[in-house]
Amino acid sequence: MILLAFIILFVAAAIGYVINIRAAQAIRDGGAPLHSLVGFHGMFSALVVLVPVFILILLWIALADPLIQRLVAASLPEGTFDGLGTGAIQLIMAEINSLAGGRVFGTPEDWKIEAAERLVGYERTADIALVVVVIIAVIALIAFARRTVIAEFRARQGSEGIMLRLMAFCAIFAIFVTIAIVFALVYETSKFFSMVPITEFLFGLNWEPQIPIRADQIAAEGAFGAVPVFLGTLVIASVALIVAIPIGLMTAIYLNEFASRRVRSVVKPFLEILAGVPTVVYGFFAILVVAPWLRSTGASLGIDVASNTALAAGSVMGIMLIPFISSFADDALSAVPQSLRDGALALGATRSETMLNVLVPAAIPGIVGGILLAVSRAIGETMIVVMAAGLIARMTINPLDSVTAVTVQIVTLLIGDTAFDNPKTLSAFALGMMLFIITLGINVLALRIVRKYREIYD
Amino acid sequence: MMDDLRRIERTAEMNDTKISAKGVQVFYGDTHAIKDVDVQIGDKTVTAFIGPSGCGKSTFLRCLNRMNDTIDICRVQGSITMDGQDIYDPRVDPVQLRAKVGMVFQKPNPFPKSIYDNVAYGPKIHGLAQTKADMDVIVEASLRRAAIWNEVKDRLDAPGTGLSGGQQQRLCIARAVATAPEVLLMDEPCSALDPIATAQIEELIDELRQQFSVVIVTHSMQQAARVSQKTAFFHLGNLVEFNDTDQIFTNPQDPRTESYITGRIG
Ligand SMILES: Nc1ncnc2c1ncn2[C@@H]1O[C@H](COP(=O)(O)OP(=O)(O)OP(=O)(O)O)[C@@H](O)[C@H]1O
Ligand SMILES: [Mg+2]
Repeated sequence: MILLAFIILFVAAAIGYVINIRAAQAIRDGGAPLHSLVGFHGMFSALVVLVPVFILILLWIALADPLIQRLVAASLPEGTFDGLGTGAIQLIMAEINSLAGGRVFGTPEDWKIEAAERLVGYERTADIALVVVVIIAVIALIAFARRTVIAEFRARQGSEGIMLRLMAFCAIFAIFVTIAIVFALVYETSKFFSMVPITEFLFGLNWEPQIPIRADQIAAEGAFGAVPVFLGTLVIASVALIVAIPIGLMTAIYLNEFASRRVRSVVKPFLEILAGVPTVVYGFFAILVVAPWLRSTGASLGIDVASNTALAAGSVMGIMLIPFISSFADDALSAVPQSLRDGALALGATRSETMLNVLVPAAIPGIVGGILLAVSRAIGETMIVVMAAGLIARMTINPLDSVTAVTVQIVTLLIGDTAFDNPKTLSAFALGMMLFIITLGINVLALRIVRKYREIYD
Repeated sequence: MMDDLRRIERTAEMNDTKISAKGVQVFYGDTHAIKDVDVQIGDKTVTAFIGPSGCGKSTFLRCLNRMNDTIDICRVQGSITMDGQDIYDPRVDPVQLRAKVGMVFQKPNPFPKSIYDNVAYGPKIHGLAQTKADMDVIVEASLRRAAIWNEVKDRLDAPGTGLSGGQQQRLCIARAVATAPEVLLMDEPCSALDPIATAQIEELIDELRQQFSVVIVTHSMQQAARVSQKTAFFHLGNLVEFNDTDQIFTNPQDPRTESYITGRIG
């Protein structure tokens, strides 16, 4: 039925287009000079029909079903839901819905069957109502658009105005979604902090978010000190950056200034491939290649290395970040004007002196911006650490130890059979919130630096 | 005996000719940008290169400090000698050559460093100053030479990019002068400047002539006439005429020179 509504809408828009074009042509052929071209009159009609009715149908899709569910629930016999939890109520409504869909399990009570019949009836009415409303709306809008067709009507400005509002709406939509996400995060986080004091979360040194399975397991209250988790992320990200920053920068400098065109044409595509490798594959690489290698090397040196070390996860993450940093640094170096390069060379500087004393300092803000963005990626990176880092939070900065990361904890806390009303699950949102705040801060800083630096040469 | 003769010849040459170019050809890929150019650039004189846009003035100027080496597709043939030494000889290090042949560009290009560091950069990489005090002396002398000392002496730590266009250009001249070059190449150094700054720089060029030989590319006939003793007129990659500036402007030998300086081609 919704499909039918859309078909009617598009056909109506086409009809409105043709009608207005005909009308405008008639006026033009009658000798009156049109303000707007014939096509704009057609477009105006099509837009006037399309945009509002499209929004109407979308709203209908979003609102009709919850409304019907409400109506059905209200029509159930008095006292049906008395004393039931949300879960049980949902169960009853689900049963009625599946009855309405023709799937019968066991022998349902009569009042349920009646409710299901009412549901089917409401749905049919709603469908017919939708089609009728759409038809009425499109006819009214076509008629309205047709009446605008006179010589002086500014159809071009009219259609441009509609398009402009449409684009503005799309832009605002993205902002709204972002705000909604943040709001959901804040809401769940505040629920968590109503159960666990914020000071314990921020400063506690013990992270054991297991909660009692049975009521008598009081002793095993969860501990929600997030410090060791963030410390783990810090250790892994530091290893990653220690790998990625020097290699990435050297690569960029080499490619930008010293490599021959042949070398560049080989290395650049390789870096792009590296940038395109899915993080899952990096995860494989970490557990199948790097971790065993570290273990055996450690064993031969007499050092005891854990199987899922921060070093393995971090170094592989570092490899992932190399193309990121090198492409940022490369852009920053290329953006330094040729005239500066010439100026240094003409003073008798060698190419490496030019690079180190003039180009790199001039590009430093761009490079720093790129590094900060890499930092925020390293902190937020999930797949590699889920695969290669540990699960137990430890207060250690030894990269040969097994540590966990914030993202790993979020994933494990939300996996499995969870209800959203205990601190164990909610703590994932608190972690996510912290992560969000940190990466947001870093990104804002990075973008500021990058933008500031652009201004110097523009 | 032979050696002595050569030495005498060389000293004689040094007194009047600093750079001597013979049969120079420059190609950018397949483009033949400079065709068989012979020029003698005198010591302690100002030589002006004039000619219509695209005729190869900058290209030829960049041959003199081997800046064309930095362009992949550029090939230079023929011989260019400075003080009798072939500058394209494989044993010559272009880096050392450029320390002796300074260059000022059309667009001021100060480094994004402080004014002091801009000027000190050349002396630093060439090890011209042993102590900070030495360096201070060099920086001050260079800035004075470039007629900008009074304007910047109170803000030597301010970034060079924060100066006005004319000040930046004089800073670039100070930077080039600081490495104590023997030749100074200037590619349209005044094209971004107002008449006052231009006049200052022209005055400066005349002063620099005491120590260096200066080669200046310019699109302004008046400027060439005012500052130079010798003028070379280029056209479509050829050196059409090279003579004393007075001669070029009062009594040009070639009809193309005459039509250019009277404004008919270009
Ligand atoms: N980097 C380059 N690559 C290819 N061709 C070049 C390059 N630089 C200059 N050319 C060509 O060489 C010729 C001479 O250029 P050049 O810059 O020397 O002219 P010019 O006399 O300095 O001109 P202008 O007065 O406009 O500065 C031109 O035809 C130009 O297209
Ligand atoms: Mg030029």
